[in-house]
Amino acid sequence: MLRYLLPLGIFAVLAGFLAIGLRLDPKEVPSPLIGKPAPEFSLPLLHAPERRLSTKDLKGKVSVLNVWATWCVSCRAEHEVLQALAQSGEVTLYGLDYKDDREKALQWLRVLGNPYEAVAFDEAGRAAIDWGVYGTPETFVIDRQGIIRHKFIGPLTAEKVNEVLLPLVRKLKAES
Amino acid sequence: MPLVALLLTTSTLLGTAHAGSLAQFDFSGPVTQEHFKQVLGKLRCLVCQNETLLDSQAELAQDLRREVYDLMASGKSDQEVIDFLTARYGDFVLYDPPVKPSTYLLWYGPFALFVVGVVALLVTVRRRRQGPEPQLSPEEQARARRLLDEADEGDNRT
Repeated sequence: MLRYLLPLGIFAVLAGFLAIGLRLDPKEVPSPLIGKPAPEFSLPLLHAPERRLSTKDLKGKVSVLNVWATWCVSCRAEHEVLQALAQSGEVTLYGLDYKDDREKALQWLRVLGNPYEAVAFDEAGRAAIDWGVYGTPETFVIDRQGIIRHKFIGPLTAEKVNEVLLPLVRKLKAES
Repeated sequence: MPLVALLLTTSTLLGTAHAGSLAQFDFSGPVTQEHFKQVLGKLRCLVCQNETLLDSQAELAQDLRREVYDLMASGKSDQEVIDFLTARYGDFVLYDPPVKPSTYLLWYGPFALFVVGVVALLVTVRRRRQGPEPQLSPEEQARARRLLDEADEGDNRT
C-alpha cells in the first residue's frame, strides 16, 4: 500500500508547491519598509516649485502616497481609480511624480484631472530610491504616526481600493 | 538584407551599451573599476530580475549604479552599500541571500532532501538483505535434487 501512497504523496506536495509558485507574482518584491517610518524626503511641489512636500506633511493623518509618471502607461489606467478615491474624501492622497517632465506632468493633470492634495516632483528619482520604488505605479498607505503600513505594487484597481485600501484606511483612522 | 542590417546594428548597440554604462564613472579616485564591478555583480536589478546591477540597462539600474558609486566614493564599505540597498529593497537585491529563518528551507532544504534519500536507500538495502530465505516447496526440492544428481552423474562420466 505504502509503495503506491508514497509517490502519490510526494507528487501532491510537489504539485502544491508548484501551484503556489504559479500564483506568486515575481514582480511583487515585498518591501522592507512596511512597519517602518516613512523615509525622510523634501521635494519641490509640481505646481509650486518654491514650496516643498516633506515627511512631516505626512504625519498627523492617514495618507496615501502614489508614485506615478506621465511615461508610465499603467499609471494612466490607474488614474480613474485615484480620481474616485480622492472623491470619496476618505483619505488624503499625495502624489510623487517620478523622473518626469514638469510640463508634461502638469498637462496630464490638467487633462485627466488632479486627484492629489499635493504632488512632490522627484525629477532625479533620488527620493524614490529611499522609498524603495522600483517601478511605477506604486502606492503607500501611511498612518498618523508617519509609519508605512502597506504598499501596493502596480496599478490600483477599484477592487484593490474597495477590498484592501479603504478598509485599511478606516482601520488606521480608528487607531488612536 | 534589412533584417541582417537590423541585427547587426542592435548587436553593436548591445555590445557598446555595457561599456558605455560604466564610462560615466571616474575610476581614477578611491573607487577602482574592478571593485565597483565586483560589488555591482552581487546585486540584483529589480526591473530586469535576472540581471545584476552591473549588466542591467534599466533606468533604475543606472540610477542605482550612480548611488552605489557615490556611496563607495564617500568611503562606505561593501557591507554598508549592501545594507543601504537591502534597507530599501529587501533581501531580494542580493544574489546571495542571508541565512535566516525565512531562508532555511532554501539553504538547508537540499541537504535535508539528501539525508532523506540516503536514509531511504539504507532502509531499502537493509530490508532486501534481511528478507527471509526463499523456501522451496517439496516438488521444487525434489526437482532440485534430481538436477543436482544428474550433474553429478555427468561429472563422473568425464
